[in-house]
Amino acid sequence: MKVALETNQLIALAMKQIEPHVVAAYPITPSTEVVQEFSQYVANGDVRTEFVPVESEHSAMSACLAASLSGARVMTATASQGLAFMWEMLHIAAASRAPIVTIVANRALSAPINIHGDHADSMGARDTGWLQLWAETAQEAYDNTIQAIKIAEDPRVRFPMLVNYDGFTTSHAVETVEILEDDQVRNFIGSIPKPQYSLLDTEHPTSFGVLALQDYYMEFRKAQAEAYKNVKDVVLEVADAYAKLTGRKYGILEDYKLDDADVVLVAMNSAAGTAKDTVDALRKEGKKVGVLKIRLFRPFPVEEIREALKNAKAVAVMDRAYTFGGPAGPLFEEVATAMVNQNQKPLLGDFVTGLGGRDITTDEIKQIFDTGYKALEKGAFEPLVNWVGVRE
Amino acid sequence: MKEQKWNELPEGVIIPEGGNSQGSYIVAGWRTFKPVVNLDKCIHCMTCWIMCPDNAIEAKGGKMIGFDYEACKGCGVCAEVCPVKVIDMVKEER
Ligand code: SF4
Ligand code: SF4
Repeated sequence: MKVALETNQLIALAMKQIEPHVVAAYPITPSTEVVQEFSQYVANGDVRTEFVPVESEHSAMSACLAASLSGARVMTATASQGLAFMWEMLHIAAASRAPIVTIVANRALSAPINIHGDHADSMGARDTGWLQLWAETAQEAYDNTIQAIKIAEDPRVRFPMLVNYDGFTTSHAVETVEILEDDQVRNFIGSIPKPQYSLLDTEHPTSFGVLALQDYYMEFRKAQAEAYKNVKDVVLEVADAYAKLTGRKYGILEDYKLDDADVVLVAMNSAAGTAKDTVDALRKEGKKVGVLKIRLFRPFPVEEIREALKNAKAVAVMDRAYTFGGPAGPLFEEVATAMVNQNQKPLLGDFVTGLGGRDITTDEIKQIFDTGYKALEKGAFEPLVNWVGVRE
Repeated sequence: MKEQKWNELPEGVIIPEGGNSQGSYIVAGWRTFKPVVNLDKCIHCMTCWIMCPDNAIEAKGGKMIGFDYEACKGCGVCAEVCPVKVIDMVKEER
């Protein structure tokens, strides 16, 4: 069935179809409508979800955590400062293996205050242990939301997951999308597998939120670090099952004209679409360019990135966030780490673009590809980090 | 107790049993005041047993019999909640 909806409304609809047991949320721009529309479904009796209207995002994530640890299917939505305010609980949710799915309409962090598209919020959450899916379009955001439930709750995974899409550029855009029937969604996700230990299991008393000092902390953290190794397989299995149901096939990454590409742009979310259009235009001029779009950012797909970039000569990484005081933007640092010990590796450069919702235009992307070609002539990207579209 | 390796731990940050602080971490050194009960006047309502955050109230046959001073942090909750005020918080002598 086709519908034309604003992405936020579409995601609220996906949540209605999922019908989580518990949603605890505090609305924040630009994901407000997700919470607003979903709470309307609750008020109208369209879903049986327990909706917890909390007084802050910190409390939202705390309530989600407790509900999830008792075995409930749990979702929330946030952005920017809201996600930042959840920070403490994000770490606890991941380490506690609470498979909460959180919708994030990516938005810039303060200061200065800004409500527009930017990846600083979820990039800031990259060390919290949450899994992360990223979406170029409304259709992908819808499809990722449904798949995220099945990935996060899989007994081989049991980690919380962020479902990202760009604030305003995507969240407030109306797109015609293909949606599933309610019962197709419910059959696909099934019921949440019963956890081995649960807060409400009075037959088997268990201590949650425990203390582990010098004698045990490292063992807990090593066990958590190892558990991410199962995630990619589950992401691909879920994508296969979803393709059978919908005909829409997803991977860990998306290659766009990479096979013979000399200069490759690495992009996330909506800018990947602009980058693909630019590649089409440049290909007509005979330029061998391509785009690598990252769908699964956590766990970071190191092997897949190496494979995708093995023929590239120059790689321009587009960062819609910055690591202040660090060597480059966050995505660049991850891609560079994936490539560091490869014998044959492309030249790598970082391009900071679109902060605080500034438009990322095809002209700017052309300029980035040009810089890639110049790097090939010079033998290096100089400087390593380039700010694109900033007044100088 | 043999210390577990990372791959022997249960999933998440849990201990698959309750009341496990006893015997694993001795917290007596955290106390400034320690609770002392006058059992002659105790009415064995067990409020302290319910409210103690550290399972440090010892009970037998449904009766309050004293404290586990290895597990007691000296928070004073028991003295506060006791309805007949028979628990005194006494300064630790060190
Ligand atoms: S002082 Fe605190 S820890 Fe000690 S027995 Fe009383 S309530 Fe428990
Ligand atoms: S609360 Fe007071 S009266 Fe009740 S059992 Fe404890 S010490 Fe005794």
